[in-house]
Amino acid sequence: MNLLRPKGFDDLGLRQSAQDRLLPSVVGAMAFLGALAMGGAFAASGLAAHWQGAGAALTVQVPSPAGLTEGRSRLERALAVLRGTPGVIGVRTMPEEELDSLLRPWLGHGTGRIALPLPAVIEVRLQADQPAGSVAALGPRLAAAVPGTLMESTEEWVGRLAVLARSLQACAALAVLMVGLVASAVVAVAVRAGLSTRRDAVEIVHELGASDGYIAAQFANRALKLALGGALLGAVLALPLLLGLSVLAVPFAAGSEPLGILSEALPGLLPGGLWLGLPALPVMAAAIGWGTAQVTVRRWLRRLV
Amino acid sequence: MLQLEGVGLSYALRSGAEPSTPVLRDVTFGVPKGGFRWLLGPSGAGKTTLLRLLHVTLRPSSGRLTLLGRDIGRARRRDLQAVRREIGMVFQDFRLLPHLSAFDNVALPLRLAGRPEGQLRADATELLHWVGLGRRLDSRPAELSGGEQQRVAIARAVVSRPALLLADEPTGNLDGVQAERLMQLLHEMNRLGVTVLVATHNDALVDRHPAPILRLVNGRIDQEALA
Repeated sequence: MNLLRPKGFDDLGLRQSAQDRLLPSVVGAMAFLGALAMGGAFAASGLAAHWQGAGAALTVQVPSPAGLTEGRSRLERALAVLRGTPGVIGVRTMPEEELDSLLRPWLGHGTGRIALPLPAVIEVRLQADQPAGSVAALGPRLAAAVPGTLMESTEEWVGRLAVLARSLQACAALAVLMVGLVASAVVAVAVRAGLSTRRDAVEIVHELGASDGYIAAQFANRALKLALGGALLGAVLALPLLLGLSVLAVPFAAGSEPLGILSEALPGLLPGGLWLGLPALPVMAAAIGWGTAQVTVRRWLRRLV
Repeated sequence: MLQLEGVGLSYALRSGAEPSTPVLRDVTFGVPKGGFRWLLGPSGAGKTTLLRLLHVTLRPSSGRLTLLGRDIGRARRRDLQAVRREIGMVFQDFRLLPHLSAFDNVALPLRLAGRPEGQLRADATELLHWVGLGRRLDSRPAELSGGEQQRVAIARAVVSRPALLLADEPTGNLDGVQAERLMQLLHEMNRLGVTVLVATHNDALVDRHPAPILRLVNGRIDQEALA
């Protein structure tokens, strides 16, 4: 098969244009920022899911749970009061290991070795449509039966944290969008600069009968290559930073085990979505570069007959 | 082949602004397929503008221009590129691409038309040999003299065997021998059915090669000369 044009034939002389030399580094920096924003979005979404999953409706803390009153431990009495309350559909005493893992971020491993009087923690699940008054009345009843008991409704703070996480996600999504728009603007400026320096060549090729599509394709293919290369570099450079941040964040994800061999732990370290999102960044940058160049060049060419 | 009826052209200085003084006024003439015309007139008479109109890099501001069966004033923009590919143009300032070799400059119209590389290689090389630049295939325009650049521009204009050949002062940088060789080429193409329009100040050349004359004066065709 005969080639229509020799491979790499550069009739517009775009490769000699110095106007777009900076494009890969600027797009690379954009991709780097985009990767960080994306990492933030996935982290916020992971935390929101975690918090919502952990959201028991009520948490009851019983200090000195083993202390005896009228032949029964304080924990047993508290459990009896809770089980006898209408609207309560589940009562669970948090096992010691779970309590241990909850406190690990603050106290480190081996809370058992520290001579610290830990309360028993009871998770209480309530019927969904529980009237507010019945929960409020539970507090004084518990305090009367087992003095010193603390009751906390988790719904409120889980709700607030979920709102916070959603706002963080929205901010991160907005940041990714802004990065995309700025990248597009940068490509447009570089292409316009290229058009003005190669103006004569573009006009000559146009006069010789080249279609708008032919001329736009040459600029677009070059923008695609430059944006792809830059974004690939940006995403690769962001990876160690994201991994470093997630290593730092490991203790905040309750239930996580300390990292073993790093290479084995790597895939699990970042949210699954991010492993898809990071490679998508160069693809998106390439698409933005190609599309922006096509639109910019075709619009510019309309001034010619 | 080409027909102008009351064609006028004014350059708008910027879009939306009032058009400036017309460069061409009420230009009316026709050239049949296979015709040969000299385009004469003093500098500033509008010869180059008329050639640009016929090369479809300008559209008429008024009147009607029909070229290769198309009404250029009304044709869709995307249809004009096909018309331009049917036209060969030798520019006064050559308009060669400085980063391409003589060969690549000449081969460019064929590549744009999508000709296979093997075929265009033979055509472009043969034509460059014919204009005496067989040994300068790989030279860039900056390495060529004015006359050599003009010959590359001529080769580029005729390589795609256009239906209409326009030339703006094509002998301006050529010596007598080269100018005669160019006239041979133009006559040969004309004999093969190509319509040829040549703008020149070279009266001696016109005398040696008599053909109907279009004389432009102040943007108008001198009807007496036409008669």
